[in-house]
Amino acid sequence: MELVNIFLQSAFIENMALAFFLGMCSFLAVSKKVETAVGLGTAVVFVLGITTPLNNLIYDNLLREGSLSWLLGAEKAASVNLEFLSFIAFIATIAATVQIVEMAIDKFSPALYGALGVFLPLIAVNCAILGGSLFMVQREYDVAESTVFGIGAGFGFMLAIVALAAIREKLKYSNVPAGLRGLGITFITTGLMAMGFIIFGGIQL
Amino acid sequence: MNTENKDVLFGPIHLKNPITLQVLGICSALAVTSKLETALVMSGALTAVLISSNVVISMLRNKIPSSIRVITQLAIIASLVIVADQVMKAYLFDVSKQLTVFVGLIITNCIVMGRAEAFAMANPPGKSALDGLGNSIGYAAILIFVGFFRELLGSGTLMDKQVLGDWYQPNGLMVMSPGAFFLIGLLIWAQRAYSSELNENE
Repeated sequence: MELVNIFLQSAFIENMALAFFLGMCSFLAVSKKVETAVGLGTAVVFVLGITTPLNNLIYDNLLREGSLSWLLGAEKAASVNLEFLSFIAFIATIAATVQIVEMAIDKFSPALYGALGVFLPLIAVNCAILGGSLFMVQREYDVAESTVFGIGAGFGFMLAIVALAAIREKLKYSNVPAGLRGLGITFITTGLMAMGFIIFGGIQL
Repeated sequence: MNTENKDVLFGPIHLKNPITLQVLGICSALAVTSKLETALVMSGALTAVLISSNVVISMLRNKIPSSIRVITQLAIIASLVIVADQVMKAYLFDVSKQLTVFVGLIITNCIVMGRAEAFAMANPPGKSALDGLGNSIGYAAILIFVGFFRELLGSGTLMDKQVLGDWYQPNGLMVMSPGAFFLIGLLIWAQRAYSSELNENE
């Protein structure tokens, strides 16, 4: 039950894009067509679902205060705290995972690679991915919880970007004031979507 | 200062603004602006990281093999952000708590990566420092503008001091995420109404 709650919370109530503004750059840049939005969304679900639990393992077994006891013994490990390295460890994991996932998909499923290929390298620098790992640390999730959190957060991002892309496709036919055309109206639209997502805040888990 | 350097320094403030025109670094611009103080601290942290990352990457630009340049840039930027984070934890602990994960997210802030890739990889260190400074000013201008109005309208305060009297009913929407989207949308509209050559034709 706890895991279902984490999924719902990360996908709807605390939506990565609309409540925490994470992954905004690609959210705005890759939402012109529904097809590409689905591609990027799938890639985000995939990478978040892998990197969040992976970073959780690294953080719990290597970086956290006293977590090196399996290597040094409990006494020595108590004084070792590598937490300040977590940014560089997380970003290295993410960049490496993205590379490996890209090669694996290319080898085993060329069709999927064709669909995701362009978006995977972009994802290494998507703030939603690093944000997922940092939130995982802040909220002290364990491995199972962080897997569910990663997938849920990715799903929420995908939902938001596909919805925005659908709206933008229709917006092409409307008469928007000259200065608002393009980026301006996209911001206003996203604001209205965020307002819609606020209602999920009323859900009691 | 010759015209070219002037353009590098002052261009990003209006005509090439990183947030409203290059669409870089939106995440933090929206997330840390519910109060003016966090917006100011974030602008300071980004300025320090952006200038130093531009200088370091520009100095190494001829030594970085292009096939692994992204990960090299990420490693440089992440190290600089760790320094900034540790400094903030030591001297500005309260604010760094309020910024939560967003200090760490400077690493993936598209402005830093974007400027490294687009400018520092092709220009000498001095010029790259100017470019970093110019883009930081452009970024800070937007953050301070949005932070000012969100805190003023959303809670009636500025820097945590009551500014608007009891007659003002705080508008909670401004503190929440939609307020930030609307404000930046309107700001983009105002900027493009002022210089119509920036309009997009979709």
